[in-house]
Amino acid sequence: MSEPGTRDALDPVRDLLARDAAKVTVMFLGIWALFAAFGVVLGYGNNGLLALVRRVTFLSAVYGIVVLALNIQWGYAGLFNIGVAGFMAVGAYTAAMLSSAPGGMPPGLGLPLPIGILGGMLAATVVGLVAALPALRLRADYLAIVTVALSEIIRIVYNTPAFADITGGASGFDNLPTSPVNSLLLRDPSSTISEPTALGDVVFSFFSQFGIQRFTAINTVYTVGVLVALLIVYLVLERTGKSPYGRVLKAIREDETAAQSLGKDTQNFKVRAFALGCGLMGLAGILWFAMGPRASITPVTFRPNITFYIFIALIIGGAGSNTGSVLGGALFASLLFEAPPVVRNIITDAFAVSADPANLIEALVPIASGDLVPLAGFLLNNVDTLRFMGMGVLLIVLVQRRPDGLLGARKETAAAVPLTEDTRPDHGSAADNGGGSDE
Amino acid sequence: MSDAGDDIADADVPEDVDLPEDLEAETVDSDVEEGAKEVPRGLPLRVDGLRKEFGGITAVDGASFEVEEGSLTGLIGPNGAGKSTTFNCITGVHEPTAGEVYFRGEEITGRQPHDIAQLGLVRTFQIARELDEMTVLENVMLAPDGQRGESIARSVVPGLRGRVVEQERDLREEAWETLEFFELDHLATEYAGNLSGGQRKLLELARALMTDPDVMLLDEPFAGVNPTLEEKLLDRIHDLREQGLTFLLVEHDMDLIMENCEHVIVMHQGRVLDEGPPAQIQDNEEVIEAYLGGDV
Repeated sequence: MSEPGTRDALDPVRDLLARDAAKVTVMFLGIWALFAAFGVVLGYGNNGLLALVRRVTFLSAVYGIVVLALNIQWGYAGLFNIGVAGFMAVGAYTAAMLSSAPGGMPPGLGLPLPIGILGGMLAATVVGLVAALPALRLRADYLAIVTVALSEIIRIVYNTPAFADITGGASGFDNLPTSPVNSLLLRDPSSTISEPTALGDVVFSFFSQFGIQRFTAINTVYTVGVLVALLIVYLVLERTGKSPYGRVLKAIREDETAAQSLGKDTQNFKVRAFALGCGLMGLAGILWFAMGPRASITPVTFRPNITFYIFIALIIGGAGSNTGSVLGGALFASLLFEAPPVVRNIITDAFAVSADPANLIEALVPIASGDLVPLAGFLLNNVDTLRFMGMGVLLIVLVQRRPDGLLGARKETAAAVPLTEDTRPDHGSAADNGGGSDE
Repeated sequence: MSDAGDDIADADVPEDVDLPEDLEAETVDSDVEEGAKEVPRGLPLRVDGLRKEFGGITAVDGASFEVEEGSLTGLIGPNGAGKSTTFNCITGVHEPTAGEVYFRGEEITGRQPHDIAQLGLVRTFQIARELDEMTVLENVMLAPDGQRGESIARSVVPGLRGRVVEQERDLREEAWETLEFFELDHLATEYAGNLSGGQRKLLELARALMTDPDVMLLDEPFAGVNPTLEEKLLDRIHDLREQGLTFLLVEHDMDLIMENCEHVIVMHQGRVLDEGPPAQIQDNEEVIEAYLGGDV
C-alpha cells in the first residue's frame, strides 16, 4: 500500500494471496487428496473419483457460505442466532416459489432465476428482521429463544397440509427451479440427456476425455459456481469485518454498554449485521437446496440439527474469523460429515465385516468370548448416527481446549488498515505493507 | 449508609490545601477565554431536581447542581450517596424518575446513551470497560463518531472503500498520537484484556477522548491506579482542561479532590449536601459529619 488510495481495491485479494488463501488452498488440496485416495482405495474410476471429490467440495462450499453468514452475526456481533435452518428454508422456498415453472406442482411464478435468488435472500432478511427487531433490543438470550422458535415455526408452516397447494406440505416443494448450469449447457434444461448447447458441447467433450459422465460434469460445473459464490461472500464479509463497521460489531460483542457510551447506536449496527447474515443464510439455502446436486426442498431438511452443525463448524474454525469460518465449514463438512461413511465403506470392503448384529446387545455379548468383530460391524453399520456422538465429543473438547477455534483467529483486528505492528508514520517502519505478521 | 464508616480511612480531610482563591479564578478565566471561541454556549451541564428510585429505594433524591465551563468539578460523597446513579442518569444509562438534565442548555433527560455521547458528553466507568479481545489500537480507533466505514456499503463496494481506507489511515495516526499522549503507545498492538488495571483506566480515558468530547464524566478514574500513574493521569486531565474540556469527577480520595478541583459537590443520601470551593467544603460540619458518620 505504498501508493495511498490507488490500490486499495486489491488489498483484500493481496492479503488473501499472502496468507489466508494459502491456508484455504492447502486445506482444500488436502481434502481433495484425502477423498481421491479414498476413491482409489475403493477402486473408483475417474468418474467415481470426481463425483466423490465434487460431492465433498460442494458440501464444504455451502457450509462455508452459511458459516460465514453466521460468523458476521455471532462471531462478530455476538448475536446468538439459533434459527439458521429457518432462514435457509425461507431462502430456498421463496426462490423456488418465485422461479420454478408455473405448470408444475406446486406451481411457481416462473420468474427469472436471478429474481428468485434475490427474492429468496430478501425474504430471509425480512423474516429475520420482523422476528428479531423486538428481540435485538433485549438481552442476547432472548434473541436465541426467538430465533430457534421462529425457525421451527417456519418449518411447521411449510410442513402444514393447510398450505400444501403452494408449499407442497410435508412432501416438500418438488417443483424446483431449473439449475443455471442446466440452462447454460443443455438445450432442454429439464433433461440431462438432451442436446448440449455450444458451450455444453465444449464442456462435455472436455470431461468425456477423462471418462467423466455428463451428469457428473454438470454437477462439477455447478460446484465450481458455488465455490465462486463462496469467494464473493468471503470477500464481502472480509471487507465488512475489516472496517470501522466490523470494529463496532466486535465492540458490541465485547461490551455493548461501552460501545454505547462512545456514541455508537448499537441497535442500528446489530440490526444491519443481523439482516446481512440472514440474507446470506437465505443465499446458502438457495444454492444448497433449491438447485444443484443436492436440490431437494422438504421441511424435514430444515430441522434445528442443521443449525447446530453450522455452529459446530464455526466453533471449529474460530468464531470471529472469516477465514476460520471457511476452514471450519470445509473441515466439518468433509472430515466429520462426509468422511465417516466413506471410511466405513473402505473398511467393510477390506475386512469383510459381515457379522451384522441387529442391535447393541448382539454386538456386545460376543466381546465376552473375545470376539470384537460383531461390535466393529455394529459400529460401522451405524456410523451415520454415531458420527453425531463424535461431533458432540469434539465440540466439548474444542470448547475446553481451543475456545478460539483451531486457528485461534478470533482476535483478528477489525480495521481497514493493518494494526498489527508499529504503524506510526514517524517511525518509518515498513508496517504499512499489508501486515506481514501471521500467527 | 452503614458502610460510610469504611471510607474514613482513605477519605481523611486534609488539614490545609494550597489553592489560593486568585489562582483558581485565573484558571477559570483562561479557560473561559479559550472555550468562548465560538457562539456563546449554555452551561456544560445542569442537573435539576434529579430523582431516581429503584423499587422502594431512592438512590437520588432531588439532586441539583451545575458544572461550570472549563472547570474540574469534583463529585464526592460517602458510599451510597448516589454519585454513580447520578452519573448513570446524566448519561442515559438509567432513566430518571423525575428531574431534568441539561447539556449546553438543551434538555437531554432520558435520551439514549449513544445520543448523549454524540452530543459531546462522554463518560468513563468505575470499573474500566475496555474491550478485552480487541487491541489497544482498535479500542481507541473505535471511538470517533461518524466514521465513513461504519456503513457496510462504503466498506464493501470497491469504488467507495478507498476513502474508508484513507480515513482509517488518518484515524490510525490520530490513535497513535493519543496513545503517545497517554504513554500507552508501547502497548498499542496488545489486547486490552492483557493490560493492568491502571493501564485500562488510561485506555478508557484515551478512548473517551477520541470521541472528541466537550464534557467528560469520570467515574473514579483513579481507583486501583498506582500513585505514579495517578500523577500521570492528573497531568493529562489538566492538559485537557487547558484545551477547553470540562470535567466532572467522582472520586473517593479527598486529598486529590481538594488539591485538583476548584469546585466540589458533596452528595449525601441522594441529595446535594453542599457545594463550593474546596476550602468551604472542608469547613462544613455537615460534610464532615456525613463522611465520619458523627462518630469521631
